[in-house]
Formats: sequence, C-alpha cells, structure tokens
Amino acid sequence: MDHISPVLWQFLDKWLEHFSLFPPEASKIAPQMDALYFFMVLISLVGLTLVTLLIVAFSILYNKKRHPQAVQIEGSTLLEATWTIIPLGLFLVIFVWGALLYFRIYTPPPNAMNIYVVGKQWMWKIEHPGGQHEINMLHIPINEPIQLTIISQDVFHSFSIPAFRVKREAIPGRYTSVWFEATKVGTYHLFCTQYCGTNHSQMIGDVVVMSPDDFKQWLAGSTSGNSLAMDGERLFSSLSCNACHNSQPDARGPNLVNVYDSKLTLSTGQTITADDAYLRDAILNPSQNITQGYSPIMPTYQGQISEEGVIALVEYIKNLHSDYRVVETLNTTDIPPNNEQTAPPPGQKPPAQKEVKP
Amino acid sequence: MSDSSAVANGAVAEEPHDHPSYQRHHFETVDQQFDATNFAMWIFLLTEVMFFGGLFMAYLIMRNWYYRAFVEGSHQLSIFWGTANTTVLIISSFTMAMAVWSAQTRRQRALLTFLGLTFVLGVAFLGIKGIEWHEKWVKHHVPGIHEYSEQAFLNPASDPEVYKEYHDQPLSPAMASKTEEYFFLYFAMTGMHALHMVIGIGLLVYIFFRARSGAYTNGHYTYVENFGLYWHFVDIIWIFLYPLLYLISRY
Amino acid sequence: MSAPTIVVLPDQSTARIPKMNFLSKENGLLSWLLTSDHKRIATLYLISITFFFFIGGALAGLIRLELLTPQSDLMAADTYNKVFSMHGLIMVFLFLVPSVPATIGNFLVPMMVGAKDLALPKINLLSWYLYIAAGCMMLYTMAVGGVDTGWTFTTPLSTHYLNTHVISAGLAVFVAGFSSILTGLNFIVTIHKMRCPGMTWFRLPLFIWSNYAASILMVLGTPVLAITLVLVVLERTVHIGVFDPAYGGDPLLFQHLFWFYSHPAVYIMILPGMGVISEVVSTFSRKRVFGYTAVAFSSVAIAVFAFFVWAHHMFIMGISNYAALVFSLLTMLVAVPSAIKIFNWSFTLYKGSVTFETPMLYAFGFMGLFTIGGMTGVFLGSTGTDIHLTETYFVVAHFHFVMVGGMLMAFLSGIHFWWPKWTGRMYPEKLSQLAALVTFIGFNLTFFPQFILGTLGMPRRYAAYPPEFQVLNVFSTAGATVLGIGYLLPVLYLTWSLRYGAIAGDNPWQATGLEWQTQSPPLTENFPEIPIMDHEAYDYEWLEKQNLARQQQEEVV
Repeated sequence: MDHISPVLWQFLDKWLEHFSLFPPEASKIAPQMDALYFFMVLISLVGLTLVTLLIVAFSILYNKKRHPQAVQIEGSTLLEATWTIIPLGLFLVIFVWGALLYFRIYTPPPNAMNIYVVGKQWMWKIEHPGGQHEINMLHIPINEPIQLTIISQDVFHSFSIPAFRVKREAIPGRYTSVWFEATKVGTYHLFCTQYCGTNHSQMIGDVVVMSPDDFKQWLAGSTSGNSLAMDGERLFSSLSCNACHNSQPDARGPNLVNVYDSKLTLSTGQTITADDAYLRDAILNPSQNITQGYSPIMPTYQGQISEEGVIALVEYIKNLHSDYRVVETLNTTDIPPNNEQTAPPPGQKPPAQKEVKP
Repeated sequence: MSDSSAVANGAVAEEPHDHPSYQRHHFETVDQQFDATNFAMWIFLLTEVMFFGGLFMAYLIMRNWYYRAFVEGSHQLSIFWGTANTTVLIISSFTMAMAVWSAQTRRQRALLTFLGLTFVLGVAFLGIKGIEWHEKWVKHHVPGIHEYSEQAFLNPASDPEVYKEYHDQPLSPAMASKTEEYFFLYFAMTGMHALHMVIGIGLLVYIFFRARSGAYTNGHYTYVENFGLYWHFVDIIWIFLYPLLYLISRY
Repeated sequence: MSAPTIVVLPDQSTARIPKMNFLSKENGLLSWLLTSDHKRIATLYLISITFFFFIGGALAGLIRLELLTPQSDLMAADTYNKVFSMHGLIMVFLFLVPSVPATIGNFLVPMMVGAKDLALPKINLLSWYLYIAAGCMMLYTMAVGGVDTGWTFTTPLSTHYLNTHVISAGLAVFVAGFSSILTGLNFIVTIHKMRCPGMTWFRLPLFIWSNYAASILMVLGTPVLAITLVLVVLERTVHIGVFDPAYGGDPLLFQHLFWFYSHPAVYIMILPGMGVISEVVSTFSRKRVFGYTAVAFSSVAIAVFAFFVWAHHMFIMGISNYAALVFSLLTMLVAVPSAIKIFNWSFTLYKGSVTFETPMLYAFGFMGLFTIGGMTGVFLGSTGTDIHLTETYFVVAHFHFVMVGGMLMAFLSGIHFWWPKWTGRMYPEKLSQLAALVTFIGFNLTFFPQFILGTLGMPRRYAAYPPEFQVLNVFSTAGATVLGIGYLLPVLYLTWSLRYGAIAGDNPWQATGLEWQTQSPPLTENFPEIPIMDHEAYDYEWLEKQNLARQQQEEVV
C-alpha cells in the first residue's frame, strides 16, 4: 500500500466507502420499488446485450471481406411480430407493476399520522400536529405509517426523500400528499427536486428516523406548548370565524363540529367529502364551496392568512368533536395567553382539550 | 466520371419558357404550383387552429371553475356591438369570397370593389372592437393594469345599465375577484384575434394594390384564393369567440 | 491491413469539382442572403446551428466545471441557474429541434423526392431568418444577464418570482418555433405534392418518412408552445393571468400546455436522426432496410402516439392517479415503435456486406446509446419508479443519452455521409473514425455515471450537492472534456477537407438514393431534368445495372 500515493489512496478510500449504486432502503416501499427497478435494469441489460450481440455478430459474419455480396431481404413478418409483441409484453408488465406501486405510494392508509409540510423559497417548514415545528428537518418514528400533506406558499417545489423512494410536488394553491413507513433508524437526505429559484440547491435537509421512545422524547422536548389545533383555535377566534360558525341555531355559517371527512351537500347540489383540500378551499375560496341551505356571504381569507395559518385552522377543524369550547369562547372576553399553557405530557393531548367531552 | 456534366451544360443554355410567367421554376406545371400553395395554406391554418386551441383550453377550464364570475363578466359586454361585429365579419367573408370569384373569372373591377369592401368591413370590425375596449378601459375592467374594479360585481346595482338588463345577484368577494380572469381571457382572445385581423388587413391592402396592376386577373389568382382562406379562418375564430365570450348565459 | 471499404472515388489526378454547382453558381454575400436555393439555405443553417451548438456546449462545459466540487464555488448559485437555463434553451431550440431537418433535411428532401426545390423556397429562407432572429434574441438575453427559469419556464416561478429576462427568452423561443413550423410545413407540402413521376409513397427513402412524421409534429405541436409562451409573457407584463393560483389561475394548466408541445418536441428531435440512420445502415450493408414498411409506419406511429403522452412529465404533480395510469400505458405504447426500428436496423446487417466507414460507426453508436436511452425512458414511464427517479440526474442522463448519444450521433453520421454530396470532397477517414471513437468514449464517461447519481437521489439543477456525490461527478466532468475534443475534431477536419479533401465524385458510397445520381456538389436545380422513379427504394440491383450500363457506354465511347 505504500506504493500508492496518499492522494490516490484517499480518493480510493472515499470511493469505496461511499460506493453504492442505490440509496439505503429505509422504508417499507423501498425494497418493493427497488425490485421493479432491478427488474428493469435486467431487461435493459438483456436488451442492450441482444442489440450489441446482433450488431457485433452480423458485422463480423457479414463484413465485406467475408461476405462481399449482400442478399436483398425484404423483411420478415414473423420477426416483426416477435419484436413488437415481446417488448410490448415486457413494457405492459412493467406498466402494471409500476402502477401498483404508484397507487400504493399515493394512497395513504387511513390511520397514518399526518404531518404538514409547507415549502417556500428556500426552506421546508414542517409542522407536527402536536405543535412541533421544524425547518429542513423531519423527525419521525420508525414503523409507523406517516402521511405528509404538502403545499407550497410560492412556487413549485418538490419534497423528496430518496432513501424512502418517495417524492411529491409542493404546489401553490393545493395540497398534495404522500405516505411512507420508515423501517430503519438513521438520518437520510431530504431534497427539493423541483427547480425553484436561486437557492434551490440549498433547500435540503435531513429526515431523522427514531425509535418510538426517542421520538416521544423528541416530541416532548420540541413543542412550543401549543398543538397545531390550538393554534387553529386561536386563529378561529381572532379572525372572527366564530361570528358565523358558532353552533347556534340561527348561525349564519354551518356547524363545523365533526365536519371533517363527512359528506357535505353543496349549494350546487354536488355532494363532496370535506377533506383537507375542501377545508382549505372553503377558507380561501368560500364562494365555490357553500353548504346547501346557507347564503354565500363568507368573506375570503385569501391573502390574510399564511399557509401555516390555514394548516392550523384545518387541524383545528379536524379535531373539533364538540362545540363546547366554541360556545365558551363566545362568552369569554379573552383567551388564555400562550405561556399559561403547560406542556402536554408526551404522547397525550394537551390538558386544555381534555375538558372537551364528546 | 460524371456524365451528368453533359446534360448540365444543356441546362445552362436558356430555353424558351413554355409555361405562364407566374409559374415558379421549381414546379413542373401551373397546376402543381396551385395545388401545392393551396395545400400549404390549409396546413398553415391548421397551425393557427392549434395556436388558438391553447387559449380555448384555458378558457374552458376557467369558465368551468368560475362559471358565475364568467356569466356576470360577460354581462358587461355589449350584445349589440358583438352582434354587429359578427355581422360585419360574416359579410366581409362574403365579399372576400366574391373577390376570389372575381379573380378567378378575371373581373378586375369587381375584384377591386370586393377587396375594397372587405377592407372597409375589416376596418369597421376593428373600429367596433376599439369602441368596446375603450368602454372596458373607462369602466376599469382591464385586468392587471389600470386599477381593475370589482364594484360592478360586488354590487351590481352600482352599474344601472347592466343591472337593468340582467338583474345580477351580487357576487361574493372570492368569486368577484375571478371576473378579472374572465377579462384577462377576453382581452387575450379578442386581442389575438384582432392581431390576426390587423395582419389580414395589411395583406389585404397589399393585395389591393397588386390587383390594381392586374396581377391576379391573368389566371394567377392563387394569392387571392389563399388569402381568402386566411380571411375565412379569422372569421371562423370570431364565430367561436362570440358565443363563448358574449352569450354565456343566453342559450 | 486496410479495412474493406465501399468508397469508390474518381481518379484523383484528373478529377475536378464540377464547374457549375450550387456553391459556385453565384458569388457575393447577397446571392447567399437572398437565395431561394434550398441547398444554400441548408448551408446557412449548418453554419449557424454549429455556431449555437458551440455556445451551448461552452455552457455545458461551465456546468460540468462547477459540478467538479460539491460546493457552489466556481460561480454564484444565480449564475449557475442562468448557465443551465441558457444551455437548455440554446441546445433544445437552437440546435436539436432544427438540427437534422433544417440542415440535412433542407438539403436532401427535394432531391430525395426528385424535385428541383422545396414547395415554398422563399418561406424556407424566411424560416432561416426567423432562426437567426431567435438566435440574436437568445444572445441578447444572455448578454443582458440571462434567464434562470430552466428551459421549462415553470410558472409561477417564471411569471411572478423572477426578475430576469424571461420575456426576451420566451420571445426568442416563440420566434424559433415559427422557424420550425415553416420548415415542417414546407416539408409536408413538398412530400405530398412534389414527388417525381413514379415516386410512390412506398418508394420514398425512409429519411423522407421520418422527416414527414417529424414535420407533422412540428406543425401541430409548436403552435401550442407559442400560445403558452404568449400567455406567460402576458402574465408577466400585466401581473395577472391564468397560471397564478393567487388570482384563481392554475399553475398545472401551464404544465399541461407546455408539455403538450414539449413532449412531441423530443420526437421532432429524434425522428429525423432515425431517418439518417436508416439511410446509413442501408448503404453500408449494401442492403435494403429490413422491414421497410414497418420502419415507415413506426415513424408515423411515433408521431401519432407522441401527442398522447405529455403528462408523463407530471406524474408527481398531483394529477389524478387514474390519469397517471392512462399516460403511463400510452408511454409504454410509444416506446414500442422505437424498439421495432432498432431491431430492423440490426437485421439490415444480416446477410449484408458490412463496412465500417465513419457514418456507420456513428450509426452503431446511435443504436447502442439510443437503446440505453430508450430503455431508461421506460424506467421513467413506469409510474412507480418514476416517483423515485423523476427530477433527478436519472432524467438528465436519460435525455442526454437519447439526444446526445442518439440524435447528435445521428446528426454527425448524416453530416459525414452527405458531406461528399454537399461539398464534392471527402473528409479524412482515419481521423474521423478516431473522432467517432473519442466521442463514443467521452459520451459514456460523461453520462453513464449520471444514471447512478440519479438513482442515488441527486436532484437536477443543483449548483451544490452533498459530498458523497462528488466522485461520480468528477468522472462525468472528465468525460465531458473527452467529449468536447470529440466534437471539436470534426469542425476542424471538415473545414480542412473543403480545401484539401479528396474529390468525391457523384456517388462515392455507391448509394441508391436519387441524390446520389447527380453531381457532387449538385446543380442549383438539382437535376438537369426531373428524374423518373422506376425502381424501389434501396434497390442495389438497379444500381449495379446502372453502373454496368454506364461502363458499357464509356467503353463504346
């Protein structure tokens, strides 16, 4: 080893240490995607070998010296059919396999833990429902399905975790989502992969997968004290949403208790499911989304509220199972200030919400 | 090695031309020339269809999403002027067709008359468009620039002329802001159409003066015919624009 | 020992370039700038396209230099963004789209169908002037600071979030698009209306079929790009438009409209190259292309399917899962005709008489590299793997394999193949074979590591990257240096050959196309009189009979 110069050795060492052809498989879907990927690599190698062999073999067997007179051949329908049908068949297999994976990645299971991601030039803002906010870092527990609800507050970005084999565009104006289940503790790259301006290459971070206990600890240590839902409640009141959505019998706005994921009939007669996208739309474009039986008088909050604010409101509405506090806030003149809230015990709901009886 | 040089030398010597003077040398016959140039114009019009298609696509989607804003936006347009423009263009297409016939039958006076009429009608169309656009400018319905005003949609009663005719319901602020999208598409589509009209009128002037010197009544009416195709196409685009922009809530 | 060759040159001691040809007919700048001769226009295009290629190539060099190190240390991130944007814009719109059609196509299409010129010669000249105008606007954009939207002009970044020269870049592309539309229009009319007597559709060379298919795409697809750019420019000036979600517009609408052109655009770029390969493989195997009808129809099939797959660029952008499914299926279908062609070309060698002159070497390079590029397209067309691979260097590697390993190799193959016809002179064979080899090696070294980088997750359009990606990037940059040499060599020796190359004669390759039956360089009017096509395409037996007849005639004389 002493004949190899230190520089070269450093280079080799670095290369061998980091040599890999694919990223770590750190999620449940990763090995499944890799299986399809390697199948395609195999097919490609076979195809390339076949083509190369044909070219090389024919070039040798039929080069001018050896085969001075060419034989004019029109074609062969059989061969044409063969090399149409076999590639087509292989491509269709790949299509079906890929489609299954695609549906799997973009159809979150109902019990997934939801984390919100807001992309902006040039950082990722991550919001856990318990109120933990991160920038360019995503802490998650292992072996638990996690859904990301993603939105951009300016231009297109793309949230990518190569180790999990997931990627989803962050689009201004609408939510997109993707889910995964991490299977290996560790730290993995998080990239923005949709060109978004000057510091596109700086919009990177880390995904930290932790054991469940470590995660609980982290949650406890990182919270500001207010869950997203509590922030939402604060906004609900300060933006005077409760002026119309006050659960009174003569209320001008529909009752929002248990509205999340319920079936709503709109004033157009259409029936929709009140999911995240609908709630966001209803806040920012209320005229499109009037519930049947109510007048189109809700003002739009477009421009008055940030994407994080909308997320907080959506979280609040998602967790609204009783109108007790709504009625309460109508009667109180002030809302307890931030620092009077005690941090909730790890893994439990904040104490204030414990008073709410379904 | 090349024996083509012998034949090439023959080609250098000028041979008497046995074809009309307007036949280009790369065509074998006049028919081939007419056929080819006519075909070329049709293909060009196909590209124009694809060009306007993008605008129609955008319109389709926006109208579907913001129907009420589009309805009330369209109420701000004058059906009178729109219908007038449609009539003007349809008549101009007729006069253009007559011009083509005149060229084909070598009637120079008639050709000039019909070209002139087409020109007048084309300018009339642009004039009416100018009136309509000016009206939009004055009412602050030009999107993006010149302080777009949503007042007429938030409170329709504030615009008595339009209100008298349509009795629109007030739009919510969210929907009222979408009327700006309607006007953006209105100006983009009528503007692009008007640009094509301007180009057409320019070409028409050129053709008029060429017709005066007898260029099209000697059997070489191709230019008039192909220009006629272009003119009809611009007319057809308007015939699509008119109901889409003006007649949204009138079935 | 010397390799067998099919080149048949006239006796160099007595051979001369024919006195009367399209190059010598008239002299003076105006005779060139106001020409209506398709061959002169093709020459003008060749010079301008080469010029813009090297500017785009220099920008590529800058990109690779920056990516030698993980940090953004050679230039500021902003500058890097402008460099790759201009590289993409120039290479796509000022090089790849016009490359074969506007140069080789313009030169050959009339001759191959047996006509004296294209149907609309003045429109052809106009299309060159539009190209030059677009080029000047692009240079202007660069001179005043460049644009950093990427070549894809993604909204709302390009409409509301950048203060660089989006409008001038967008207008440059708009004008280049018109140049492209006019070329395509001219080809379609010529192929339909100006075939010589006896030239039925199925006697046309496959080069014509490919250019015809590409012309359909040019004519139908480019206008959609034009209107999309108009809307972007409007939105930028008026500050409201249909792509801005804050006003109710839809940024995905831009994506749909943009890719509706830009996907067919890639087939505009590759189909003419495939046409070249058909001609070259046939000539250097002395055989009719295997399965002529299949290859002809596959060109048209590619053109038709091309219009139905655009949203495979949008699989992760929140389109419905079912829409993604449909587009993925159609993408698989569009891959099949290309596979058919590769096999047909391979089997053209079967029982042929193969030689390895430079055009054939480039053709072989094309076949191998396009196979890889095409297969990796399937990786991206399959929705499941696309999620992981899209927007990474895998995509960059994929399109460089098909565009540079494919299209550019086909372009070089064609330039070398028709150089004797165009200039009357042969290029230096040994040196050009070396250049082909250097290009092939350099290309693989540059772009193959990028597949691995993409699989590892390295995103595209990154000025700086995590250090573990450095080694592969270093390989890639090393390869780029070799590749640069491989591209520089042809410029040098082809220019040299204009003065010192061997006289080529009418048909040095003993090829069968109509263009090889006239002098080199051709007359301005191509043929002294319009030929009559009385034999099938690639009829080498007919050629032998012709040669025999001519020999007997000369003996008699």
